[in-house]
Amino acid sequence: MSDTVAGLLTIALLVALLAAAWHPLGAWIARVFSDGRHWRVERLVYRAVRVDPDSEQGWRAYATSVVAFSVVGLVLLFALIVAQTHLPLRQGSAGMGLTTAVNTAISFVTNTNWQSYAGEVGMTPIVQTVGLTVQNFVSAAVGLAVAVALMRAIARRGEGVIGNFWVDLVRGVVRILLPVAFVGAVLLLAGGVIQNLSAPTTVTGVSGVEQVIRGGLVASQEAIKELGTNGGGYFNANSAHPFENPNPATNLLEIFLLLVIPFALTRTFGLMVGDRRQGWALAGFAGLLWGTGVALVTWAEVHAASAATGSMEGKEQRFGVWASALFAASTTGTSTGAVNSMHESYSPLGGGVLLGNMVLGEISPGGVGSGLYGIVIVALLAVFVAGLMVGRTPEYLGKTIGRREMTCAATYILVMPVLVLAFTGLSLALDGPRSTMLASGPHGLTEVMYAYASASNNNGSAFAGLTADNPWYNLTLGACMLIGRFLPMLLVLRLAGLLVEQQSRPATTGTMPTHTPLFVGLLTGIAVVVAGLTFFPALALGPIAEALS
Amino acid sequence: MASRNTSSTSRQLVAALRMMLVLTGLLGVVYPAAVWVVGRVGFDDQARGSLVRRDGVVVGSSLLGQNFTGERWFTGRPSASNYSGDTSGGSNLAASSPDQRKAVRERADGYDAAYGTNAPADALTASGSGLDPQISVANARAQAPRVARANGLTEQAVRRLVDEHTQGRTLGFLGEPRVTVLELNLALERMTR
Repeated sequence: MSDTVAGLLTIALLVALLAAAWHPLGAWIARVFSDGRHWRVERLVYRAVRVDPDSEQGWRAYATSVVAFSVVGLVLLFALIVAQTHLPLRQGSAGMGLTTAVNTAISFVTNTNWQSYAGEVGMTPIVQTVGLTVQNFVSAAVGLAVAVALMRAIARRGEGVIGNFWVDLVRGVVRILLPVAFVGAVLLLAGGVIQNLSAPTTVTGVSGVEQVIRGGLVASQEAIKELGTNGGGYFNANSAHPFENPNPATNLLEIFLLLVIPFALTRTFGLMVGDRRQGWALAGFAGLLWGTGVALVTWAEVHAASAATGSMEGKEQRFGVWASALFAASTTGTSTGAVNSMHESYSPLGGGVLLGNMVLGEISPGGVGSGLYGIVIVALLAVFVAGLMVGRTPEYLGKTIGRREMTCAATYILVMPVLVLAFTGLSLALDGPRSTMLASGPHGLTEVMYAYASASNNNGSAFAGLTADNPWYNLTLGACMLIGRFLPMLLVLRLAGLLVEQQSRPATTGTMPTHTPLFVGLLTGIAVVVAGLTFFPALALGPIAEALS
Repeated sequence: MASRNTSSTSRQLVAALRMMLVLTGLLGVVYPAAVWVVGRVGFDDQARGSLVRRDGVVVGSSLLGQNFTGERWFTGRPSASNYSGDTSGGSNLAASSPDQRKAVRERADGYDAAYGTNAPADALTASGSGLDPQISVANARAQAPRVARANGLTEQAVRRLVDEHTQGRTLGFLGEPRVTVLELNLALERMTR
């Protein structure tokens, strides 16, 4: 079988699996967050935490809970990382410097999982498990909660409350992430991903050369790392490491896990706003962007494969070019950031598309929760632009998109580009940060811009040639992750507060339908134009210049 | 109705702290332990790292590539970390970089000199993990004559060994055909002993 046929069949199988999961998982998520009853284990949690699960919150209280939970998570994780070398199971770990620890704590709490450390020596098994695995779950659950709160706000009419954050958090963990992650972890185990607490052992290899074989509770972390669109590798090589991703079947499973919730949430959206066609439209939009990304990256890498090096630099033999490109396009489109091949070694066009996937704002289909609310923001922008064209007050799903709503949406759109472009420019202007680039010329610009785009979009993948473990990058990238995660989140909750108070405007013949292929086309156009206008100059100096030279 | 008892920030922080601790117990202890138990009971070999033994002594993992030095062994792909188990990762070099061009040229010349044939892509490039356990079938076949000579075996016998250890695509279409170097070398050693 030729590579092309095998590659196309791989993509077809992935799409079939995602399509099969879309319906039931999307419906299940909608049920979980509309259910009036609590499970027994959830009641136990609420009692232990002492929150009233039956009282709902307005947007301010909801946002306060989000921030409080994240601040506490941040402080605890930071403390754990700093203390790690004094805890049991150190296993020779060197620990981390302070700015690295700050960067890492922010990174995992913001669902970014940017890593300026190498997992093998930077992290003890205790922190990997009790710290990072936990944040992989809860940071995804926070994103999910905020997306659900926005859906409720669109569906409800003339109310003041958008749900209870603690209930949404616990249900997201207990009823969705934990069961799926457990099944995923067992499948990964069966495929060869390790799950042990052995200390690193030195063995004498077949030809007499010594090698260290490391242990770790990897399977349990790997499953939620993909499912929660987190992406932080147990090992430095991330999902390229054979202990994290041993064969082509586990590779497909990992790609499936990182796409499954973001896509299913479009179905949840349709169900929760009471019009399934709306979910189809958003799924179509995200699918179109994802498909285009996969096609372009694959084309670029296969095309580069006609050179002598076959574009296999940084790629694993068991995956080859096709399954590497598929993983790369999916991980950058979902804000996951796990890698099964080294993005910096991609061809200029391939690497440029990966960067493009991020600067679109992580909406193809984006991270768990954050992708969905990012798509809704683009939809608001689309109805606003369409409204301007025909001179009609824009509305979306019965809600008027007025000045205050648009201010939230527009500010949301601006946050990420400002962070990326300002910090990239600053890093290139200063001598210190500039000296830590691996590459020079256009590829060097791409390297730095990729880092800030990755951090500000909470992706976490890297053009890993950049030596980012120094105070400048640790702290500025940390700031990007923090602002890039929570400012948009707060704007979404503010928007939810505005929308939930509105009554529903009845649809008339003048209302623009938002479930048609035409609207999907408009959405795509808006998303591409906004990112294009913002980033074209920088992309022209980076990947485009490199491709042409 | 809006949140009488969950509105003040300090109360929220206390609730957040309790929630974080409870969830840490569930997700950071119970969940990994449960997966660990499943591993012990159902997938012990995989959970421990698919270790490979020779005469009862662990010599490596079938999942991890290793350094093979000496003419008599098949060799794996170039590795940016020299197959260290402590520093996995790739070179991160772009094809356009002068360092990469130089490295590829040297590998191509070396391969050509050793085997008299153009090197396949996997022999010219460093893997993503630095621990790639496998090579392409073409790469293994090209090495066969050299390995046969060094071990005093017929080329035909070594070729057959390569064929026996060639792994096709999973389900016929997932991933790439490949040869796991560690297993191939162990089989080679059994043949010559």
